[in-house]
Amino acid sequence: MKKSKQFWPFIIVAVLVYTVVQILISNGMLNQFYSNTLILIAINIILAVSLHLVIGITGQFSIGHAGFLAVGAYLSAIVTMKLHLPFVVAIIVGGIVAALAGLIVGIPSLRLKGDYLAIATLGFAEIIRIVFLNIDAVGGAAGMQVSHLTTWTYAFVCLVITIIVIVNFTNSRHGLAAISVRENEIASDAMGINTTYYKVIAFAIGSFFAGVAGALFSHNFYIIQPSQFGFLKSFDILIFVVLGGLGSLSGAVLSAILLTVVSTYLQGYPETRMIIYSLVLILVMLYRPKGLMGTMEITDYFKLWRTPKGGGQHGK
Amino acid sequence: MEWLQQLINGISLGSIYALIALGYTMVYGIIKLINFAHGDVFMVGSFIGFYSITVFGLGFFPALILSMAACALFGVIIERIAYKRLRNATRIAALITAIGVSLLIEYGVIYIRGAQPEAYPNVFSNRSFEFLGAQISIQSILILSVSVVLMILLQFIVHKTKTGKAMRAVSHDTEAAKLMGINVDNTISATFAIGSALAGAAGVIFGVYYTKIDPLMGVIPGVKAFVAAVLGGIGIIPGAMVGGLVLGVVETIVSALGFSLWRDAAAFVILILILIFRPSGIFGKNTREKV
Repeated sequence: MKKSKQFWPFIIVAVLVYTVVQILISNGMLNQFYSNTLILIAINIILAVSLHLVIGITGQFSIGHAGFLAVGAYLSAIVTMKLHLPFVVAIIVGGIVAALAGLIVGIPSLRLKGDYLAIATLGFAEIIRIVFLNIDAVGGAAGMQVSHLTTWTYAFVCLVITIIVIVNFTNSRHGLAAISVRENEIASDAMGINTTYYKVIAFAIGSFFAGVAGALFSHNFYIIQPSQFGFLKSFDILIFVVLGGLGSLSGAVLSAILLTVVSTYLQGYPETRMIIYSLVLILVMLYRPKGLMGTMEITDYFKLWRTPKGGGQHGK
Repeated sequence: MEWLQQLINGISLGSIYALIALGYTMVYGIIKLINFAHGDVFMVGSFIGFYSITVFGLGFFPALILSMAACALFGVIIERIAYKRLRNATRIAALITAIGVSLLIEYGVIYIRGAQPEAYPNVFSNRSFEFLGAQISIQSILILSVSVVLMILLQFIVHKTKTGKAMRAVSHDTEAAKLMGINVDNTISATFAIGSALAGAAGVIFGVYYTKIDPLMGVIPGVKAFVAAVLGGIGIIPGAMVGGLVLGVVETIVSALGFSLWRDAAAFVILILILIFRPSGIFGKNTREKV
């Protein structure tokens, strides 16, 4: 019910945004720099939303998301550069292999909780990176040349699909089960919910979209190297979710947009950027531990604002 | 006697891991926080040692003590500013803050002095002697003995002094310790001070042994020391020592077998195996989960 009310407005807004930006790009009103920034924003939103599903909805604290990004980036690059298949196939393959990697990583490590899980995912991401570092077919430490195929259309379509899938998952039975795992794992276990199943499913879906983002990422930068997918990349993605609010999809989207724009302008000063990032992390955790928006969504604010007039019969 | 040589290298590396791991394990034991910034305290200690040797012309031991004192102070400042407010916050909030503090120290140091590496000055003579066919440098013997002395000192502090008793009490049951009149805040600060001092010492030893230091050097040894702490059973002091030594020896064996590029992966594979099969570590006891 809630979903169907928001679905069509969302599609209309998405089509409008896409058309306006596409017209601006083809008119040359937005130059290379701006269209690249927009593509980067779309990739970062996909990453943020996919990690939001794992951390915000299911409550499993993973700090190894860059590992799945790396799997998607490398596998899609192999598909286009070595097998010469179309880019769409590469995106799908990147996503599927990343989801498989997510299953392989998730099944053993999701038995762990809290900080142990965090460290285990960090370890797995590092292992994935070291594996790519040691495979000579993908260039080892020197990296791999990838042609530039990512366009605004590809990035935006992937972004819309990601958001629709994750919103629908969250509002479905499965999503409710995942939220119950976040709220209290032992209690939801006692209610007969197969907690491991939902944790692994959420993790695999999150990894799938991280892989899709990886495919867009590698075909946007001409070259991929294992060093791009280290700890720091995982923390970059983590900060989108944390700043936006653990459990808020629109918060993750907004903070991904904001931080991508900020870091694009600070590109010449990488230290300053990292100092700002780290201060933001510390200050948000000290003064607003649930993130800027907590578990609220933007649409909830509209409801809050409408309730006094509408007499409280919203939502249904 | 190739293997003996490798074993000695492994133990030297392992004793550095063990010194860092002690700080992790003590802090985790007392406030259940993975102090991600610990590896960066190690880095800061290394740089303090470097500057006190090159700029102030101090010898190895004065530099070691200066670095330990400065790191102890630094650790307490971090705890007071960032972690103290988070005593009652969720574990995840504390972990994110620790990651933030870690990034802030790393990039703060890069901002102040640039990212270029430094070469540690030679403080010991490079003499070495033969023992059962292995070349043992005076340097590695000294490093090993410094680590052992520090660990014995730590055992003495934890088991024979009043502060140590308070630390053990707080880590056993914070509430009860508070009711018994122990100043919990000061005890936690003391834990941070001791752990950070050990990390500072490890930093100076690392610099002397590996001769190259840079502002991001703390990340990998920091994570590996955490692996060592988990391996030995987190929260258990002898566990951290054994875990560090085991990890150092395993890593050296992996590179001696010709897989030096896989060396870093070895630590993480150990971590994952330990977490899956025996999450409480070698010395840990199993605890039942409660609602």
